[in-house]
Amino acid sequence: MILHELITYDVLRVIWWGLLGVLLIGFALTDGFDMGVGALLPFVAKTDIERRIAINTIGPVWEGNQVWFILGGGAIFAAWPPLYAVSFSGFYLAMFLILAAFIVRPVAFKYRSKRDDPRWRTTWDWAIFASGAVPALLFGVAVGNVIQGVPFQFTDDLHTIYEGAWYMKFIGLLDPFSILAGVVSLSMLIMHGSAWLTLKAEGPVQIRARAIGSKAALVAVGTYVLAGLWLTFGIEGFRIVGDYVTNGPSNPLHFEVERTPSWLSAYADRPWIAVAPLMGIIGGLLTYLGLRAGREVSTLLVSKMAILGVISSVGLTMFPFIMPSSSDPQSSLTVWNSSSSHLTLFIMLVATAIFMPLILMYTAWVYKVLWGKVTEADVSENSHSLY
Amino acid sequence: MEFGIVELSRLQFAVTVMYHFLFVPLTLGLSILVAIMETVYVMTNRPIWRQMTKFWGMLFGINFVLGVATGITMEFQFGMNWSYYSHYVGDIFGAPLAMEGLMAFFLEATFVGLFFFGWDKLSKVGHLTVAWLVAIGSNFSALWILIANGWMQNPVGAEFNPMTMRMEMTDFFEVLFNEVAQAKFVHTVSAGYVTASVFVIGVSAWYLLRNRHVELARRSITVGAAFGLASAFSVVLLGDESGYSATHSQKMKLAAIEAMWETHKAPAPFNLVGFPDQEARETHYAIEIPWAMGLIGTRSLTTEIPGINDLVATAEDRIRSGLIAYEALLDVRANRDATEAAVMATFEAHSADLGFAFLLKKYVDNPLDATEEQIKAAADDTVPTVWPLFWAFRLMVGLGFGFIATMAYFFYRASFKGMNFPRPALHLAVWMIPAPWIAAELGWFVAEYGRQPWTVDGVLPTAMSVSALSMTEVALTLAGFVIFYTILFIIEMGLMLKYIRKGPFQDVEETDAWNQRHNDRLAGRRNADAIATPAE
Repeated sequence: MILHELITYDVLRVIWWGLLGVLLIGFALTDGFDMGVGALLPFVAKTDIERRIAINTIGPVWEGNQVWFILGGGAIFAAWPPLYAVSFSGFYLAMFLILAAFIVRPVAFKYRSKRDDPRWRTTWDWAIFASGAVPALLFGVAVGNVIQGVPFQFTDDLHTIYEGAWYMKFIGLLDPFSILAGVVSLSMLIMHGSAWLTLKAEGPVQIRARAIGSKAALVAVGTYVLAGLWLTFGIEGFRIVGDYVTNGPSNPLHFEVERTPSWLSAYADRPWIAVAPLMGIIGGLLTYLGLRAGREVSTLLVSKMAILGVISSVGLTMFPFIMPSSSDPQSSLTVWNSSSSHLTLFIMLVATAIFMPLILMYTAWVYKVLWGKVTEADVSENSHSLY
Repeated sequence: MEFGIVELSRLQFAVTVMYHFLFVPLTLGLSILVAIMETVYVMTNRPIWRQMTKFWGMLFGINFVLGVATGITMEFQFGMNWSYYSHYVGDIFGAPLAMEGLMAFFLEATFVGLFFFGWDKLSKVGHLTVAWLVAIGSNFSALWILIANGWMQNPVGAEFNPMTMRMEMTDFFEVLFNEVAQAKFVHTVSAGYVTASVFVIGVSAWYLLRNRHVELARRSITVGAAFGLASAFSVVLLGDESGYSATHSQKMKLAAIEAMWETHKAPAPFNLVGFPDQEARETHYAIEIPWAMGLIGTRSLTTEIPGINDLVATAEDRIRSGLIAYEALLDVRANRDATEAAVMATFEAHSADLGFAFLLKKYVDNPLDATEEQIKAAADDTVPTVWPLFWAFRLMVGLGFGFIATMAYFFYRASFKGMNFPRPALHLAVWMIPAPWIAAELGWFVAEYGRQPWTVDGVLPTAMSVSALSMTEVALTLAGFVIFYTILFIIEMGLMLKYIRKGPFQDVEETDAWNQRHNDRLAGRRNADAIATPAE
């Protein structure tokens, strides 16, 4: 096979770095509102009928949405194997909690309304709440840790070793900056869930969602700006030094890395990336206004814009770093040293180019078929076919 | 055997994958059976078939969700517990997993919601299309997963790159069309079809024994038996195909399954039963079927199948060759900008055996320091424990033939005896429900346990594949999974039983009215073909 030489290795790596972002953003845009609705459930819906309305707004789509998460995991494995190996084992217990949430959530959706017993239903409602709120928070905490660097290093054989006692791999994640990042992510997804409920529900559920969501939007913007200031003045960045090639073998030990006073030098080198944080802030503020005004479709769109801006701002600020190491900067994972081989990246790109448009097409079709509000009449008449 | 992080991680993998595999076979088969039932509904317009689609679809949904939920664990566990494995082979192994998401899982998960929620929102043909897309998606999932697994059994289309310290893909199509993967795929999905058929027949038999939902149950048995008979033949024949490809790729696994210690003059006999003795390397009280093994394994009368003792000797040679590769690898890595051509040539000549040198890592940090005894011990390690494989395989094959017999019987009664089934047969069908699950778990066990001591056959030893985690962490998550999965299992079984006891509850009036009309029509034409009433 020589076809893959058509696209050079470094270009492929940048494309796959972009696709990694696309998958994470796709996950946050779709499964994000599932998590948001879950976290909102006890607060926007008081009666059983109201809860069933809220759950059924995401009932037919959560399964497909969750695949973004699974595909994200698979794509990291295929395109960035060292990142997959280091991050999944490094955030071990946090990963387990996220995993537990993603196991409980489908079951809770599916089984909640299969028995009439109120205790049964309340238990599952709390499961839906926790499995929405906990991962929404932890994803942000993980990003906060990645920005500051994670304590791992490679041996000569590229075995990964982590510094510190095992429980520090979990407790140690919860430093103030990372918790702040967690609040950004949680409030952002609550905002997104509110925007979804505003579109798909009516009556008391919609009114409460708008009230909580507009507050969440302000919290999201405020904490995001705060995190940005903290990043500017309080957090050291990373930089590759010396001679290096961008199309060489994927081996972190072939690179030299040093700490810099701040990540923000990226904005001096590439001023255009300021678009991303601006989109995040403006999108968040527009969502606030949209929720207050009761706009439906446009609010969901600006909420998506906010998420797109916030997530891409992290990636663009850190480029070319993906997962820097705080204990041994040389082990840091970057776009140039932690990808799959040239051939694998190419094959996966071809597969993605064929199937991603198909996925987007049929997903759009499914959403179109399901277009419209979930009403009280719907859920009380269809107690068997709906959740 | 010392119980360390490797054993604990293996235990966790075994627990989570075997649990996941309780739900997968039923998903694979039931998705297709439901789509077949809906096809009949759309073609004949008879409400009974819509009721069947909805009823079995409901049970499918309860099962499907746990398959999805526990599948996520599998995908994440490679990175969590097996991070060196993920680094070492992710370049090849990750691709089919990602393809699974792109091609299969998105399809089934996006449409499964519409299957349950779309009855009023789609046309009949539209809904039928959705049902088939779910079935196709589920089965495609299995294809990609087994391409990934097939590569672990027979690692083709890849080579070791000393610069990145990992295996890298050289030919995607070799990975895709790996003969082991292809045989495994058809064998595994057929096993899923048998599982679903046995399940459908068993539940329906339970209704017939209680004289409930007779119309639904008789039709369900008919569909299940026809589909199940074809699948039961396929699962046995394709299992044989797996055995045939194992003679090319995994000679040790085959020899261990057969407890074949010595190379036998072709054609080798098949040990029907016996008591393998690992210490003495012989099988006591063996009952042999002459020629059978040679015929199954090689499809010839003249090709020899190597025995365990010869394979251990080969492994020892390969360890010594692997040590040469390892020494050259250190040199190549140390002088990566100016590797001598001679060193590189030495490395390339022996790199196929590098994995065998890694077997020594269990005994010494630097394989080059290994003593003669350690090399011999590492060669002995290439033999998996024989007796569990020997017996698991025989039990699985026995069950396989049992399924053919049962399905053939029910197919005969359904096709030629007017869908009348004697009570003892119905009792048998109910009791048989767990059997396909046992067979499927045994099959998984034979495939994976038989691959030990390797995660990737001949390339990467299991002992080297784990993450640098503490015992506490892995024990915590294992305990978490066990508690969590037990609760989910109890809930799932409770719901399954509740909805089976409840029986079909959708479209009841319309279906009952049609059944009445249909039976009246049949009574009016006593000698006519029982099935041939006109479509509505």
